[in-house]
Amino acid sequence: MADRTVNTPTEDGQIGRRGMLKCMAWAGTGVLWTVGGGVASSMLVGEASAASAGAFSFVQISDTHIGFNKAANPDPISTFQAAIAQVKALPQQPAFVLHTGDITHLSKAEQFDTADQMMKALGVPVFHVPGEHDTLDEGNGKLFLERYGAGTKGTGWYSFDKGGVHFIALVNVVGLTGGGSGRLGDDQIAWLADDVAHLSSSTPIVVFAHMPLWDVYAPWGWGTSDAAPALAHLARFGSVTVLNGHIHQVISKVEGRLAFHTARSTAYPQPAPGVGPAPGPLTVPADQLRGVLGVRDVRLVERDRPLAIVDQTLAASA
Amino acid sequence: MHLRLPSQSPYLLAAVLLVTAAVVAETPRSAHAADAGIAAKIVNFAFAPPTITVHAGGAVTWTNADDDPHTVVADGGAFKSAALDTGDSFRQVFATPGTYVYHCSLHPYMVGKIVVQR
Repeated sequence: MADRTVNTPTEDGQIGRRGMLKCMAWAGTGVLWTVGGGVASSMLVGEASAASAGAFSFVQISDTHIGFNKAANPDPISTFQAAIAQVKALPQQPAFVLHTGDITHLSKAEQFDTADQMMKALGVPVFHVPGEHDTLDEGNGKLFLERYGAGTKGTGWYSFDKGGVHFIALVNVVGLTGGGSGRLGDDQIAWLADDVAHLSSSTPIVVFAHMPLWDVYAPWGWGTSDAAPALAHLARFGSVTVLNGHIHQVISKVEGRLAFHTARSTAYPQPAPGVGPAPGPLTVPADQLRGVLGVRDVRLVERDRPLAIVDQTLAASA
Repeated sequence: MHLRLPSQSPYLLAAVLLVTAAVVAETPRSAHAADAGIAAKIVNFAFAPPTITVHAGGAVTWTNADDDPHTVVADGGAFKSAALDTGDSFRQVFATPGTYVYHCSLHPYMVGKIVVQR
């Protein structure tokens, strides 16, 4: 009985999820997040496009879960294709795409192959960090690193500069210990301190990792146990934007000059924090699925200013 | 069950039982080839039951009933399953008495405990 609850909710659970899905659909119909001076505000996508045309932009894709085949989405390839088509249809092509992990569902070589072939259609570079589903091979992430690890350190972390923004890719899904959540580890945090040491405090920073770098919901492990000492190295910067995947829904939080955003999956939704017994794949009616999946378009509105973040559901492109 | 006792030879019976006991202790697999041991479930991102007690030489078999993959990994590294997709099972024999705390490496907040008694 209990094991059916995720996909066959009780009458009470049904109502809770409907309410939650309404909220998610609202968030996904095209809300632009502008974050300035620690205050987040939103406007419609149409206004956003007009306001930020010509600005440097990139797209975040997350949790494609190629290989997943359960009721929550029997065909994640087609929804990933829809996401790619949506990116291709943007009025301004992004400079690149960030994939915040869980490329595959089970870290199988053929799943990586399929995803890689599909991402080639984007026509722009794709930067990766692994999700915990990408490190399930016997080598604990060897397949991921063979494919995307060139030039990275440790378990796959790295940084690069683009459009005046310093991008930092962190790995918080490897070597996790019992009872905890995501973890960066001392080596990675030491590297991070060194990586930003030479930067001016006015440099906009974008950090991306798979698991949230803030405690979204500790009982489900939706956080990173050593995020605080890592983020302490970024405290002096005027604008820090942290992008994550993992929880398959949009949740944002602003803390001083740090703005945290989790992204939707292109494969299947997960329940809101603490709703239902477990954070497993959430089955919604087929005609609602694309309303809870999506991609994220991020623009640097103006140099040395905060980033504008637009979340779009796949339904918006239909 | 259908063990027919040689009525005139209690000495022989004792010897037979002794040999059987030795085989069970050494190679439980061969003694009970199809014995999965204690059945544990992984359901709703939890190990059920969370604590299992077995006798040394006994086995535990976990089966994943979730739509998400899980693993069964001992905190000290004593055992480790591959990724278990929906319906997959993992069987572990516990030869040495002690307490084994384990977790799911994908969702490390999922924890369980095996107590192996002598």
